[in-house]
Amino acid sequence: MTQETRIVSKFLRDHPGDSWTIEAALANGTYATLDTLFDRAPEDIIQQVADSGLRGRGGAGFGTGQKWSFLPKDVFPRYLAVNGDEGEPSTFKDHMLVEGDPHQLIEGIVITSYAIQAHHAFVYLRGEFALGAERLGQALADAYARGFVGKNVKGSGYDLEIVLHRGAGCYIAGDETGLLSSLEGERAMPRIKPPFPAVQGVYAAPTIVNNIETLSTVPHILRNGAEWYAAMGVNRSKGTRLFSVSGHVERPGNYEVELGITFRDLIVGLAGGVRDGKKLGFFIPGGASSPWLLEEHLDAPLDMDYVQSELSATTMLGSGAVMVYDETVDPLLVAWRIAKFFAHESCGKCTPCREGSGWLEKVLYRMLHGYGRPEDLDLMLGFGNNLAPGLGWPPGMTTICQLGPSTMSPVVSLNRFWRDEIIERMTRDAERRDALTVKAAV
Amino acid sequence: MTSTTPDAVPMSQWPSDYEYVIPVAPGPDVVTVTIDGNAVEVPRGELLIKAAQQHGTYIPRFCWHERMKPVGMCRMCLVEIEGMRGLQISCATPVADGMVVRTQSDVVKKAQDGVLEFLLINHPLDCPVCDRGGECPLQDQTLAFGPGESRFVEEKRHYEKPIAISDLVLLDRERCIQCGRCTRFAAEIAGDPLIDFGGRGGSTEVITYPDEKFSSYFSGNTVQICPVGALTAAAYRFRARPWDLETVETSCQTCAVGCRGALDSTSNRIVRLLGVDSEPVNQGWLCDKGRYGYEWVHSPDRVRAPRVRIAGDSGEASWPEALDAAAAGLRRALDGRGPTSIGVLGGARGTNEDAFLWARLAKEVLGTDNVDAQLGDGLPAEVVLGLPRAVISDLDRARGIVLLGPDLKEELPVLHLRVRRAAVELGVPLVEIAPRATGLTREAAAVLRHAPGEAAAIGQAFARALAGDGTASGDGQIERAVAALDGREGDLVVVLGRQSLAESADSVVAAAAALAQVPGVKFLSALRRGNVHGALDMGLAPGFAPGRVAVDGPPGLDAAGILAATAAGDIDTLVLLGTDLLCDFPDRALVRRAFDEVRFVVAVGAFASDVADRADVFLPTSVWGEKNGSTTNLEGRVMRLARLVTPEGTAMEDWRIASELALRFGTDFGLETVEAVQDEIARVAPAYAGVDATLLARARDGVVVPVAAHPGEIVLQPAPGVSAGVSWEPIRPTPVVEPDADDAAPPEVPADQPDLYRWDRAATAPVAVPPDAYSLRLVVARTLYDTGRTVSSSPSLSSLATGPVLVVHPSDLSRLGVAAVGDTVRVTSARGSVEVAVRTDTAVAPGTCFMPFAQGAGEPAPNDLVAVGDAVTELRVESTR
Repeated sequence: MTQETRIVSKFLRDHPGDSWTIEAALANGTYATLDTLFDRAPEDIIQQVADSGLRGRGGAGFGTGQKWSFLPKDVFPRYLAVNGDEGEPSTFKDHMLVEGDPHQLIEGIVITSYAIQAHHAFVYLRGEFALGAERLGQALADAYARGFVGKNVKGSGYDLEIVLHRGAGCYIAGDETGLLSSLEGERAMPRIKPPFPAVQGVYAAPTIVNNIETLSTVPHILRNGAEWYAAMGVNRSKGTRLFSVSGHVERPGNYEVELGITFRDLIVGLAGGVRDGKKLGFFIPGGASSPWLLEEHLDAPLDMDYVQSELSATTMLGSGAVMVYDETVDPLLVAWRIAKFFAHESCGKCTPCREGSGWLEKVLYRMLHGYGRPEDLDLMLGFGNNLAPGLGWPPGMTTICQLGPSTMSPVVSLNRFWRDEIIERMTRDAERRDALTVKAAV
Repeated sequence: MTSTTPDAVPMSQWPSDYEYVIPVAPGPDVVTVTIDGNAVEVPRGELLIKAAQQHGTYIPRFCWHERMKPVGMCRMCLVEIEGMRGLQISCATPVADGMVVRTQSDVVKKAQDGVLEFLLINHPLDCPVCDRGGECPLQDQTLAFGPGESRFVEEKRHYEKPIAISDLVLLDRERCIQCGRCTRFAAEIAGDPLIDFGGRGGSTEVITYPDEKFSSYFSGNTVQICPVGALTAAAYRFRARPWDLETVETSCQTCAVGCRGALDSTSNRIVRLLGVDSEPVNQGWLCDKGRYGYEWVHSPDRVRAPRVRIAGDSGEASWPEALDAAAAGLRRALDGRGPTSIGVLGGARGTNEDAFLWARLAKEVLGTDNVDAQLGDGLPAEVVLGLPRAVISDLDRARGIVLLGPDLKEELPVLHLRVRRAAVELGVPLVEIAPRATGLTREAAAVLRHAPGEAAAIGQAFARALAGDGTASGDGQIERAVAALDGREGDLVVVLGRQSLAESADSVVAAAAALAQVPGVKFLSALRRGNVHGALDMGLAPGFAPGRVAVDGPPGLDAAGILAATAAGDIDTLVLLGTDLLCDFPDRALVRRAFDEVRFVVAVGAFASDVADRADVFLPTSVWGEKNGSTTNLEGRVMRLARLVTPEGTAMEDWRIASELALRFGTDFGLETVEAVQDEIARVAPAYAGVDATLLARARDGVVVPVAAHPGEIVLQPAPGVSAGVSWEPIRPTPVVEPDADDAAPPEVPADQPDLYRWDRAATAPVAVPPDAYSLRLVVARTLYDTGRTVSSSPSLSSLATGPVLVVHPSDLSRLGVAAVGDTVRVTSARGSVEVAVRTDTAVAPGTCFMPFAQGAGEPAPNDLVAVGDAVTELRVESTR
């Protein structure tokens, strides 16, 4: 039986009744790292986090310590922006962390802000997280009252203001530059990079954007050492990660596991396998943006680089959201539903995404409702190739951010695994329409 | 070396904005970039799209615009760069040494094809009924780079079309390709962020705020830069097809900035004015008043034949009859009380040629120096002509800008954009000296607010502080201003104009005199009327001969003096050059007294008016768009004006009328063409030495006079008389060609030039008028939309006039307790009393009030309250209930 390896989720699992309160957090030893934090040089902390091999948990998987080291020297002020706009469909790990253990997050923010020498941190929290906002707000108030945040943190002379900002319901605010635009009061439209946020982020100042789970991990690395963290995991995927397993499984939920176990361990071992004795149809390994996998891929390890380059069907671990569909699910329906999501959430900035995502949704809708044509799959791949050149993973890009090419993942997956079936089905539909002389508007 | 040669690409592939290039000479800091196999040298840091264009490679684009920051939305300008993953947008990629770029590889072509297919899936393709059809970047680029057929079989998105987003601009959301040029222009360039994107994904659309229209003074620019027909102009919609247009390049004459524009006509009617991107002048922009103000040219109110009053009745006459009658009237004055009994007013709306010959007629033939092109609303000619002068582009690199004058947004809108850009984008500190908030207050590094009529004291204190003699102002703003300027290099540019018409010019003049002592100071005149600077240069001012030279002896009377002398009976004959004094002069009572006394009036102008009805002889003139000539803008730049349509009726050029009248006094100027007059000006007017017809015809952006003070700034076109090509993007008539060695030689200026006039008046003591606690001190100034001829005779603009109103600070309204917002109040000054509606605005300082000038001839007007020469005007406000 596979076991979880709980680090960031340990305290909130162990104290489900009061883990978000300051009293419970203090009893647990949260904030203890601040006792010695300010005796250390900021560069020292950046080095330690770099040595731990921690990679961003938002989806892109960029080395956290490496990102921090990109800050231009001697340019101040700098800011930390905490990406809590967890918007990737079926991802709910940050949701749990911010509701269950806000003090762990605040501790991580203080450490990170000190390491990057920022005196302002902004927590951009998804608007729908009402309870999370309430608990984080209370936690911040308590942390301020106890001197963990604010002027002269713990008597160190270091000042830190943490601002909680709630989003207004927009997927693309989860992109780091989209988040910064939204934070500034603009539409959450991603910006051209370069300049990267580390050079010119919020208010045109150097800014580090980190995910909630990433920052929640940081105190544990300081507490236990980089070697301890780096000893867990596999290859370049170090430590543990939270995976949100949802869909047709017996026990959906968040599971914190050491990287390197397999999808089978996660889906069957921990989540109990496909429910009601049905067979697995397919699963989406890393959020709605990622290309899909089948039963035959279950033994692939949870290794960010492996799934992206060595797996036969290249995909990504992304945000760690694993969606499981049983054998009864029509892949075309799922593809359309995801396309509809992306068409709705495209910010409208880049032409290929703004127009292509809507086009894709319209074609899939038509196909799903019996008005498809045999050539529609190739049509989607054809114009999709102008949105995600090459249609591989990671995709080529004609847009500023990843949303555009991500819209093609469901279609790429349909083509990979069900091409013949779909063309056959569309042919049948066309013949049926002909027989009924009910011609589609097409 | 040439910048762009149109032969580089087949003509069929020219996109609309192909020709437009700002030349950048390779400086010392250049890098070598290989574009499609050609190694070229470009300045380090230049954007790739621009660098490629300068070397003949056009990269297609929709969202990128030369004058705005890149945003990377449309994805049309994707190129392949060796060593970089995927495709890069060339609009946001700066060049780097050794960069190897491919703009026409298969991958790039596929991407361009793909972007155009995406853009067209929801585009309605209603080109046959679209204003833009025929000059549309989307059409052109689809033809050059796009797919032949669409694979899209779904239903396109639909919107109600069009919707009016302002009184002047309509939006068709179906045609919109969401490039964000308009929204970025509004926020970035105009500073009026009144439009933005709403919705998202395929539903992204340009929106206004729910309760606020896109009422920017610059809204028309969005129509011009829109790369499709999504934004259309109410004034131009369905008026013409691009291939039917005739075009000339000219200068707008609505205000004294003289923005370069391409004027279009069809069937002998002017239908459109587009901004031409002239780097030193307007950088492609126009204000809406200038853009749509052409409509007055064809107004039914134009006078189309001469009129002569015989026995009290005015009737049409032939030109010889009318000219004889005018000459006879002037002859009677000369024979009666002599030359000084003649006054000549106006002339600031004509060409330099008009002003030159009218000045000669008045001063040389008739012998009167009672001549003034300004109408009591400007500054003394000796101040305008005699201070060290700045040019507009000096603002970009100034040590600082001091605004000592009107609200530029209202009076000189495109200069406002330039100052705003300097302050916002280029980091030039702006110091505002004004009695009320202006359109630039938000951008100012320091705001020296003062009571109306008391600019002198604060201006002098600021000048002392700059000299290191610190006197603290109460609010620390002088210290802020000095600190902002501290350590900066360059000239201090003072934008100098009249702050308010409710006070004499003395206070502003005294402040200017103090600032004139600051080392490295230059002045940019903020006088308003189209060619007022040309008129003053040509001698339509007391005490001056053509070419900025003072005449010996005591000067004649200025406008206020002429009217006072007329009222007193010392002047009995007036010549009015295109003025409506009851509307334009700040003191209406004085005008009425003068007209009660005057014996003989010759009106030379285009429109009938109350004053013109009083005229004994009315001589109709041809106007802007109907005649060739030259104009001088506020920086002293002489630019060509071009004729596009035939004059209404038998209207004649002003200068020809002057010549004809001179003949009747036995003087033959011997000048039969505009070019001959220009050559004559170049010969006899010292400041204009060398600026002859040949040079004017070839100088692309005009010539700043005197040429000796501005060497090397003249860019010549390859051949004289080239008209603007029809092109929609910021327009340039022809590719820029570096002048030959012969051309590069500066125009010849005779050695024995008289000295130009310099004004060196000692600083005067500040005027301080004790405040009256029961009154509000009045500020009177123009708003962009008034009831002057340009607006009232242009149907698109006429409804936009502010209307008569009294604006007070909210605290004053509650303190006085006499009225609520919208009520009518009675306001009384020492000179008069009117009833007017009141509203509140925090832009007006407490203790002061504001009335817009020229808001209708029959309406309650501030010029019923103001007497010329009064230091300030105090108003008592009473209830009418």
